Amino acid sequence: MTTNVDAIVIGGGIHGCSTTLHLCLAGLKPVLIEKDYAGRHASGVNAGGVRQLARHIPEIPLSIRSMGIWEKINDLLDDDCSFESHGQVLVAENEEELAVCRARVAELNALGFTHEELIDASELRRLVPAVAETCPGGVVSRRDGAANPAQTTTAFRRKAEQLGATVREGVAAGNIRYSDGLWHVDVGSDSYAAPVLVNAAGAWAGKIAAALGEPVPVETVAPMLMITSRVPHFIDPVVILRGRKLSFKQFKNGTVLIGGGHLATSYQDRNETVLDWKSLAISARTVFELFPVMRGATIVRAWAGIEAKMKDDIPVFGPSSRHKGLYHQFGFSLHGFQLGPGAGAVMAELIVNGGTQTRISDLGIERFHRSAAR
Amino acid sequence: MSVAPKREDYDVVVIGAGPAGLAAAATSAEAGLSTLLLDENAGPGGQVFRAISSTPVTDRSQLGADYWVGAELVQSLRASTAEVIHRATVWSLDRNLDIAVSIGGASAFVKAKRVILATGALERPFAIPGWTLPGVMTAGAAQTMLKSSGLVPDGRTAIAGQGPLLWLLAAQILRLGGRIDRILDTTERGNYLAALPHAFAFLTSPYFTKGLSMMREVKAKVEVVSGVTELAAAGEGQLAGVSYVAGGKRETIAVDLLLLHQGVVPNVNLAMSAGIEHRWDDLQLCWSPVLDANGSSSVAGIAIAGDGAGIGGANAAVVRGRIAARAAVEALAPAAAAKLPALATLRRDLAKAERGRVFLDTLFRPAPQFRIPSGDTIVCRCEEVTANDVLESVAIGATGPNQLKAYRRTGMGPCQGRLCGLTVTELMAQARGKTPQEIGYYRLRAPVKPITLAELAAVPKTEEDVKAVVRG
Repeated sequence: MTTNVDAIVIGGGIHGCSTTLHLCLAGLKPVLIEKDYAGRHASGVNAGGVRQLARHIPEIPLSIRSMGIWEKINDLLDDDCSFESHGQVLVAENEEELAVCRARVAELNALGFTHEELIDASELRRLVPAVAETCPGGVVSRRDGAANPAQTTTAFRRKAEQLGATVREGVAAGNIRYSDGLWHVDVGSDSYAAPVLVNAAGAWAGKIAAALGEPVPVETVAPMLMITSRVPHFIDPVVILRGRKLSFKQFKNGTVLIGGGHLATSYQDRNETVLDWKSLAISARTVFELFPVMRGATIVRAWAGIEAKMKDDIPVFGPSSRHKGLYHQFGFSLHGFQLGPGAGAVMAELIVNGGTQTRISDLGIERFHRSAAR
Repeated sequence: MSVAPKREDYDVVVIGAGPAGLAAAATSAEAGLSTLLLDENAGPGGQVFRAISSTPVTDRSQLGADYWVGAELVQSLRASTAEVIHRATVWSLDRNLDIAVSIGGASAFVKAKRVILATGALERPFAIPGWTLPGVMTAGAAQTMLKSSGLVPDGRTAIAGQGPLLWLLAAQILRLGGRIDRILDTTERGNYLAALPHAFAFLTSPYFTKGLSMMREVKAKVEVVSGVTELAAAGEGQLAGVSYVAGGKRETIAVDLLLLHQGVVPNVNLAMSAGIEHRWDDLQLCWSPVLDANGSSSVAGIAIAGDGAGIGGANAAVVRGRIAARAAVEALAPAAAAKLPALATLRRDLAKAERGRVFLDTLFRPAPQFRIPSGDTIVCRCEEVTANDVLESVAIGATGPNQLKAYRRTGMGPCQGRLCGLTVTELMAQARGKTPQEIGYYRLRAPVKPITLAELAAVPKTEEDVKAVVRG
């Protein structure tokens, strides 16, 4: 049986859930299709960083838009998502790295962005007292913070459902086709038809785009994270390193999340990842050197979430360059979580109004097809 | 002093030195395969034969003849070329058969052509009101103290629950001069009837006469209350008493120690973290790995033997260990397999060892109220989550154990679900009107036992790391 709806969203990550919610807020009746369950992959198991800091310039406007929503997330979702704003700090471990930081902040300022602020050694020590004495400074983005990713994604899903979205979990979207002005998608023995289709399928989105004639350079990756037992409170902001792969965050309950982008081997078809402990050992060593207070902590668990990474590390976001009614929202390349709330809002504007005030022009899928279009 | 593995690669790595692991490692090594046996305890034996080489209990009758069978297994292992490392905690195993093991505070990595998991069983969670109070412990923990150190309870003690091990423990405590004031038997009356059709097999099994005489021995010395339908431990910060309902009558007794036990279930953590498929076992009410007749799992190269393959008891574990090892030998050194006992013989041994199991599983199937707690009873002790908390999360959209983590952090503490996993699955299944199989289990990840950051940091450097340092 075919059900007619206003929009079909494929993928129950934070992006698909956020877009579904914002479509509901705009008065549409969307259906969200998720092959596992909302937040099963990267959206539910990422580091939870709500970060404007150190972003690629083309996505900064979207990130700033998103930050405004994060700061009122409870109003939107009736769920605080465990969002806390203690800033995010990029640590320069030597003068050379600090010089790079200085140049970066100057570049942003010239473009009119002021969220990143250069800090010296004493301000760094004030923000992150536990950091090694030798670090000369860094960059802070004071409004940044962190949230609980699974809680957040689930909250978006729940709110969308409350506002009238249909959520189909546990069955993959199949047989995607366009006919008579409508997109048709099968979900098991059911079918949905809508004038709008949003491809927010994360690590699986590249295949969908390719099948619809818009192949993009994307790979599937699985960044690893590990979490420690509870240790006494010693740090508030999220800390990332300029020169080495490390991100670091202590939760209210004392546990410490250690990430940084070392990759597991992913077996996408099986929803499975195999961890690389020799790489995780590097992260452990970095923490060991930088934060002596952590030396006695135990590692309780490590994991990795499957997601899409674009060749240029910038998401694919916006209308299709080939098909009417098709929109892409994927490839967030290890930094999509913070963008979720804003991207959903902007996507809904694109769909409902045909445009948005938020600058997203460098994120479109056409950037990969320009030569072909000529 | 701790010794790291001598090699980086082995034909066979056996994990766990209980009955299955001892038998598997000896079989594999005798056939000429390079064999490493890794075991978490100070000596061989697992739980059944715990401290078999070191127990201070010398009067053989006190621990029973079945216990001392372990000594023979240990002897044949020691006579083989198997490399054995104790106090070795395997904290990671993956589908590439890469194994990470912590020995004496340092981690080593080894690779195997075949892995035989013999990680045995855990006690089933027994979440009654007050079960987290100091003074309440599992029967298994009490048995560990008894076997390793000859320690038995001397205060006012009650044992509550059911199952063969409960009676064995009671008999062992009494023989060693320990004190038991009362046994509260929670076996459901209906189970006797349900088990009846399987009684013939049981009557002809070795368990029958032993079990019966043990129960008789215990009942001669301790007051046993049967048909207990409700159970609660109480006390202010410390156990003071246990109250129970039997035959519709409530009674409270003052005790200093309450030992709880309602059977054992496969210890699935390492197997699940390796990606091995498990299914809900409706008879044993637990997760069991999907295995073929040789014990091979869904992950190529990994076999499971012993109670980790589904509860079968020590005798079955020994045979399953030999069968799994034989399969490894067949695959890696077919010529040597000819010298091992024929598969048909082993299968016959297994059938004999498993006889009567269905009767036990049916008779000692724990009652729903002791598996699925309600109200303020703690479900997850690491995060202090109650049954009500779980139900509230279900009401607002948590659909399974993994989603529940986002709401309540259940299963995310140091026990990694060992103490709450089955309870959470069954509780959510009941609340959502689904089967446990549909509800599923926590996705388990390494390290399956916590390791210190310092230990991980000390892992030998890779080339990439050396480059990073040069650049830095």
